[in-house]
Amino acid sequence: MGKRIQPNSPRLNALREDVVTVGKALAHDSAAKHVSGTAAYVDDILEPEGCLHLAPGLSTIAAGTLKKLDLAAVRAAPGVVTVLTAKDIPGVNDCSPSIGGDPILAEKEILFHGQVLFAVVAETRLQARHAVKLAKVEYAEKKPLVSVQQGQAAKKTVLDPYTFTRGNAKAALKSSKRRIKSEMIIGGQEHFYLEGQVSMAVPGEAGDIRVHCSTQHPSEVQHLVARMLGLPEAAVVTECRRMGGGFGGKESQAGQWACLAALASKITGRPSKMRLDRDDDMVATGKRHDFHVRYEAGFDNRGVLDAVDVDFAGRCGCSADLSLGVNDRTMFHADNAYFYPDCRIHSQRVFTNTVSNTAFRGFGGPQGMVFAERMMDEIAIGLGEDPLEIRRRNFYRRGRSVTPYGMAVKDNILNEVVDELEKTSRYQQRRKAIARFNAENRFLKKGIALTPIKFGIAFTLKHLNQAGALVHVYTDGSIQVNHGGTEMGQGLYLKVAQVVAEIFGVDIYKVRITATTTDKVPNTTPTAASSGSDLNGMAARRAAEAIRERMIKVACQLYQAKPSQVKFAGGKVMVGKRELAFGELAKTCFLERVQLSATGYFSTPNITWNRDAISGNPFLYFAYGASCSEVTIDTLTGEMKVNRVDVLHDVGASINPAIDIGQIEGGFVQGMGWLTTEELVFDDAGRLRTHAPSTYKIPTASDVPEAFNVALYESAGNPAKTIYRSKAVGEPPLMLATSVFSAITMAVASLNPGKVPPLDAPATPEAILRACQEMMA
Amino acid sequence: MRDRLTFLRNGEKVTVADFDPQTTLLDYLRLTERKTGTKEGCNEGDCGACTVALGKIRSGKLSYEPVNACILLLGQVEGCDVITVDDLAGGGKLHAVQQAMVDLHGSQCGFCTPGFVMSLFTLHHSGKKADRSAVNDWLAGNLCRCTGYRPIADAALKTTGKKPSDALAARWKKTEKALLSMQGDDLFAGTLESFFAAPGSVKALAALCAEHPDAVILSGATDVGLWITKQMRQLPKIIYTGRAAGFDAIRESSRQIVIGAGATYTQAFDTLASLGADIGEVLRRLGSRHVRASGTVGGNIANGSPIGDTPPMLIALGASLELQHGSGKRTLSLEDFFIDYGKQDRKPGELVTKVIVPKPGRKQHFKAWKISKRFDQDISAVLFAALFTVEKGRIASARIACGGMAGTPKHAKHAEAAIAGARLDDPATWARARAAFEKDYTPMTDMRASSGYRMEIVKNLLTKALTELAAETGTGEGAATRVLATGEAV
Repeated sequence: MGKRIQPNSPRLNALREDVVTVGKALAHDSAAKHVSGTAAYVDDILEPEGCLHLAPGLSTIAAGTLKKLDLAAVRAAPGVVTVLTAKDIPGVNDCSPSIGGDPILAEKEILFHGQVLFAVVAETRLQARHAVKLAKVEYAEKKPLVSVQQGQAAKKTVLDPYTFTRGNAKAALKSSKRRIKSEMIIGGQEHFYLEGQVSMAVPGEAGDIRVHCSTQHPSEVQHLVARMLGLPEAAVVTECRRMGGGFGGKESQAGQWACLAALASKITGRPSKMRLDRDDDMVATGKRHDFHVRYEAGFDNRGVLDAVDVDFAGRCGCSADLSLGVNDRTMFHADNAYFYPDCRIHSQRVFTNTVSNTAFRGFGGPQGMVFAERMMDEIAIGLGEDPLEIRRRNFYRRGRSVTPYGMAVKDNILNEVVDELEKTSRYQQRRKAIARFNAENRFLKKGIALTPIKFGIAFTLKHLNQAGALVHVYTDGSIQVNHGGTEMGQGLYLKVAQVVAEIFGVDIYKVRITATTTDKVPNTTPTAASSGSDLNGMAARRAAEAIRERMIKVACQLYQAKPSQVKFAGGKVMVGKRELAFGELAKTCFLERVQLSATGYFSTPNITWNRDAISGNPFLYFAYGASCSEVTIDTLTGEMKVNRVDVLHDVGASINPAIDIGQIEGGFVQGMGWLTTEELVFDDAGRLRTHAPSTYKIPTASDVPEAFNVALYESAGNPAKTIYRSKAVGEPPLMLATSVFSAITMAVASLNPGKVPPLDAPATPEAILRACQEMMA
Repeated sequence: MRDRLTFLRNGEKVTVADFDPQTTLLDYLRLTERKTGTKEGCNEGDCGACTVALGKIRSGKLSYEPVNACILLLGQVEGCDVITVDDLAGGGKLHAVQQAMVDLHGSQCGFCTPGFVMSLFTLHHSGKKADRSAVNDWLAGNLCRCTGYRPIADAALKTTGKKPSDALAARWKKTEKALLSMQGDDLFAGTLESFFAAPGSVKALAALCAEHPDAVILSGATDVGLWITKQMRQLPKIIYTGRAAGFDAIRESSRQIVIGAGATYTQAFDTLASLGADIGEVLRRLGSRHVRASGTVGGNIANGSPIGDTPPMLIALGASLELQHGSGKRTLSLEDFFIDYGKQDRKPGELVTKVIVPKPGRKQHFKAWKISKRFDQDISAVLFAALFTVEKGRIASARIACGGMAGTPKHAKHAEAAIAGARLDDPATWARARAAFEKDYTPMTDMRASSGYRMEIVKNLLTKALTELAAETGTGEGAATRVLATGEAV
């Protein structure tokens, strides 16, 4: 058995013998629609007659109070039907996913630049956008707290601090042979989903309302709209067929625009749509948290850690939003793959007058891991050793297997993954060649790094680990599947359909995928935490199995057979030696008055985390992977080119290897962007200056090296009893990109052996040049 | 004079009367035609989700270019063929580029996909055999946030270099003939207070501009488009230069080249790049294939931006401009055209018509670098350009100009004076010129770069230029200086 499976390998479709449809590298269910422009996103749905359009009026200051909002000219502008302000809201003026503090429309206090003050409702979107400009706003302005350091200095937080401690870090540091004390800045990140935030609300009878919304969390949108309008939740339906990208940015951030569209439709009685312009979207919606990290580590002469003491200060922005979970996850992943004997992991959730930061692929975990890898690089540079060796020496292993939060790491395969990747990437040979290159080159310097990831799978907020599904079999044998998960491009719908097709032994095309909607499966949790297929796949499987059990019963009655003699395969049902078409059996069930519809429900077992007690297991299992990156930097300009990337990633027994490889490649590139070219720049007045793709630079095709060798780790399957023993893959690959940051660090470090480069993330050309200059100073 | 817009829509003739001159092609497609395959991602020509294929007559022949429909004005498609993602599949079959995207898993969320498909479609019809780096360049104007691009690049590689056999190929001659018959006349759609005009000749263009000095002169709309979509400005009078016959003419003699102001970057690419390899690389990186297909050299100058990439290069080369007001013409040196931030030596109603670029002499060497956060499709933090005259291992003289360092593209007079006489084999003789940049420039700090970084890299780029020159002229020790040219170590 080999250890790697690569994207275009013919073996991709033959990885699993236990299953037929599960495990196949099928194309995304909407692929043909994507390429022909027929996949409908919210803005593509044929607008109902008389549909109105909204545009937001945003605050132009970051802190202060609203003194006067003169909207007379706005109301008089061509096409304007009405203008919404806070006083138009009949129910609760808040769209927070947690403890409040996120007004849908500002009342008095201004908390950030870009906060929504009012919303214009007009006949056309263009008219609404033009009218917005006519508002006359007067403020009483205050000096804003912009950077995380400013927020810290002012001692303002959105949530209480939280700490993991084990042993006595301070004492252990003192007795360590060697110590480092350091700090770094880790920047935030804009989601840059290609489809911006959009919602269309359609009024129904008796005050009912249906909201088409591009959201990862339809149930929350439903609840927020109901609460804002003072309606029962049962009066509101939220529907989402697909998103044009989410990445966490449509978990809590979709609610506000859905609420405003719903409010407009409530007030005017007409369908109303709100689609944000890109610049408004980037200014007014939350991003990945940026951090200021300060730390001390103590270790022996071989670089094995004795103690770690780290303080994370996360910029949460102006409200709590999802910052509790995000900052907790930074702490959960501050160890990445390494055992910290005595440790203190402390987290502050800092308030600033900036947009409230939110979920973003990895949910705080990436920032924790970047710290851990940075610490490894520092130890190695100080000792003059290969950083890979230092990493290995600190890996979790027997006797050193318990995380700082008390969960034991039992499924660790990092030694195997890293050993394999070290060989296939030819890490050691290239490391030597790079040393030669650096000796021979005055201006260009190279670096290489091989870094691991270990990412915990489950929502750390226990109650979110549940899902529901609804499966219908029709009398012609066609099948409909619905579940609470949403499709944002990650292939969840397809994976769940593969599970259902597998259960019924039918071709995938017999399974009709339907839009996520709160009136089919209620009380759902967000599609997040990489758990979409773990949760919804299992729920759909249970629904399908319930129907299959009933069908087996009917087949047994029909042919006087035992249940063990009934098999579903190839679109047929075999009963002993006889067989009939799946549709025939479905029809027979109907005639026998047997229900062909079922719900399925799943709640993840073994999640025992108690946040207050800091005990129990927050995760069901860990996902593992490793990557090796080589870069070249220009020490005259700070420009950087990634020359080669090798990835080996563990997805357990894959449900769809093509989809999984897509997640790995895409996640890596997104992480690489975060750590290199993607820079969020706020000015002193708290205004985001990088609010469009002209100024905020996500990777393009040429930033991805031609030598981008991604492979799946050939696994016997997830030791945890997940859906077909697969592993979650949504978030973990993003963190593989830490190898790019470490490789840049090593390239800069070559300028002055033994000295640690003061490099912050993102490593833009300017950041790299600054680090180079300090190395040579 | 015609008052109705006429163009081909996937080969079929369409006539539009009464349209707002500021209407974008994307709004026309999505809101008027109700064809929603083409997406709006950023509304500023940076993400490519709105990419459509625009068939145009170039040098008498039909060719298709990828363009951003979000900032292209509807009037600009006069006399063109517009093909969108909705048009490609036929007879129940996907187009070859669509099928390759499906087979190679090139879509995830699918929102950027229609734009990529249309870029692949234009590449497919370009007749080019592209390698990965050519594919990357062709796709630089299309952002994808899901896939990491590898499968899309694979789909591009799979569908290039073959002779297309699709519906478009089948009707190619017919389309070409139809479009040829639609050139040359004057379009004036609207009223005297609000119009979209596209004169068919330079004479008519110059006359109309003089007659309506308050009109906006529109070339590629890669900047003016954003005045409409982002700044929400009202531009009731628009005069489009893109139909004036000969306005894009490029002429070359032994001493100089003359670029018609209406020549797009794509049209002017080969000629300008022949003056120096760095010019080609800067042009390649100044904008995506989409931007280069629409944006013009004249527009990059006339709009007066301090961060345009062509003016510093052209100033270093000693270029001059021809301007025309009505029938009166004048020329002036390019650097004199830029008076101050936002202020140029151009009267209302006056047109920039030609850019005259002298060819470097035998002893002259041109160097230019574009420094930005991202390599492709990014605005420069600094654009450094220099023309050095080298004699016997010394810099006899130099013309250095930079973008991003001042309110205008600006000449570095002090550095030029200080570098004269420097020895290529003695870097110590470069120090005075490095320091002299501080007298030439006081750059600002903004979201692209700090003032300190800008100053430092200008100095370092001089070092880089001289290091390369030393190696190229065999007078000093060379060193690898180009990060983009690096591969893996072994």
